[in-house]
Amino acid sequence: MMTKFMTFLAAMMIALSATTSAQAQEPLRLTLRDGVIEALPFAIPTLQAEVAGSEQMANDISRVIAEDLNGTGLFRQIPSSAFISTPGVFGTPVAFADWRAINAQALVTGAVAVNGSQITVKFRLYDVFSGSEMGEGLQFVGTTDGWRRMAHKVADVVYSRITGEAGYFDSRIVFVAETGPKDDRAKRLAIMDYDGANVQYLTDSSAIVLAPRFSPNGDRILYTSYESGFPRINVLNVASVTRQQLTTSEGDMAFSPRFSLDGRQVIYSLIQGGNTDIFRTDLATGQHQRLTNTPAIETAPSFSPDGSQIVFESDRSGTQQLYIMSANGGEPQRISFGNGRYGTPVWSPRGDLIAFTKQESGRFHIGVMRTDGTEERLLTSSFLDEGPTWAPNGRVIMFARETQGADGTTALYSVDITGRNLRRVTTPQGGSDPSWGPLQQ
Amino acid sequence: MTHLTKAILLVGTLALGACTNADRFDNADAVDLNAQNMAAANTGIDQTALTGANNPASPQYFSQTIGDRVLFEVDTSTLTAQGRATLDGQAGWLATNSDYLAVIEGHADEQGTREYNLALGARRANAVREYLISKGLASSRVRTVSYGKERPLAVCSDESCYAQNRRAVTIISIGQGS
Repeated sequence: MMTKFMTFLAAMMIALSATTSAQAQEPLRLTLRDGVIEALPFAIPTLQAEVAGSEQMANDISRVIAEDLNGTGLFRQIPSSAFISTPGVFGTPVAFADWRAINAQALVTGAVAVNGSQITVKFRLYDVFSGSEMGEGLQFVGTTDGWRRMAHKVADVVYSRITGEAGYFDSRIVFVAETGPKDDRAKRLAIMDYDGANVQYLTDSSAIVLAPRFSPNGDRILYTSYESGFPRINVLNVASVTRQQLTTSEGDMAFSPRFSLDGRQVIYSLIQGGNTDIFRTDLATGQHQRLTNTPAIETAPSFSPDGSQIVFESDRSGTQQLYIMSANGGEPQRISFGNGRYGTPVWSPRGDLIAFTKQESGRFHIGVMRTDGTEERLLTSSFLDEGPTWAPNGRVIMFARETQGADGTTALYSVDITGRNLRRVTTPQGGSDPSWGPLQQ
Repeated sequence: MTHLTKAILLVGTLALGACTNADRFDNADAVDLNAQNMAAANTGIDQTALTGANNPASPQYFSQTIGDRVLFEVDTSTLTAQGRATLDGQAGWLATNSDYLAVIEGHADEQGTREYNLALGARRANAVREYLISKGLASSRVRTVSYGKERPLAVCSDESCYAQNRRAVTIISIGQGS
């Protein structure tokens, strides 16, 4: 069922020779700091259809590129109604004055050619005020059913060149699709593009499924399933959609799994005699190791990007708090000291921050703190927010929000780590427990 | 208690036809008992079937009369006095009905993160299991499972519902000859 994505022809990138020489004195650069509040205005005239019959695809791809950039909250698309001129044939000199006049700071031009099931997308990015091209023009070749990915790749390059940071648009999310009332909720594992497009289901709803987690390279998914009548961890192969139960250390129930960064180890919670501790299993050798050993609840472990440490939650102090320990276990350091309870810590892919769920005075928050617990910043507040996951570039967090009451429903949201740009991610049904996969190759 | 004695205890009423399939004993006697019921209808004396919740050996009796669940305070797995009384009844019933096995389901209310609630539900289920074992139940007859906040009974978002959802439920089933 993954062929749609896999047939995408590995996104061949061909550098086109630059037609303008960069003489910019102050190159266009949007530095992502807390102070960035004003969105950068950009123009993206509809990409040209280079071959007859490519018009629809050119429209759609142009739209998705713009949606990606607008969706960050960092860029603001200038409507085409404001345009003074339209670009000439792709690659010919740009009339910068016409774009300066409408205050477009960045300009994206491009062309689309559809030949049978093959599609070619070319684009160039210009710094309008310095009148120069930013980087080289690029060309992506793929199949038409992967057209959204081509648009995301263009947007990723634009984002990356202007911000100096990696993009995150050509990525996928695995999550739990939810339907039905609260007391009869059906849950299925589903996968989708980062923006909610191309939803595909990976399991049926015959058993409760919880908290899927992508492997670092996106080839596998760990999740908890009640197929056996008891919570157990499954490993699902994304390409073949086949699954097998993870052999864990001896215990009644296993849940809350997460991969190590090399994808070879799984850390998880195991319940033995009513007590929950953290264990580690090596997938190749099948060896298990106990990492915590207390009568308290230890769960939600997450590796640091260098693999040397694990952040997790424990109620050993009396309430849920965050701790960091060595990847081999040992005495942990408590890092959360604010009011309230802290759970579901997730280490940022950059290594600098830990995202968490905080409960305080009957409200739930998604927040981030530095790895030593300082500079806590709450990004959201609602009746029930939980389960943060990081975009591959560590700039955006996705999480689940549940609304109150008998008719309560779940939905996925994203928020920038500055706390701005809270957005609902459109999914066909309710959604929870998102896990953001890597930027695709 | 043999099946024969159970059958003798059965007295028919009009409700007989509505018995759930959980009652394993009355099918063979249905015709006779119905006849008896017709006779009883003329006497003006109320009769009630010792089936369903009125049959002390039935799962319905266990769940309705003894009580199949105990409730917990917020974020605790400590058994209340009322909970222990219920569990004393459960332990007694399981001692009498030794062909039944039990699975204790632990649950939490929605106020809490998913993982923590799974662990909390496990603590609650285990508290019940330990108590039943302390009252003589063989440990091989009782397992636990936690559903965390995944299976709420009551759906409102206030304490009246949360109190019902913070529960451990004893699910009984006929096991392989014990």
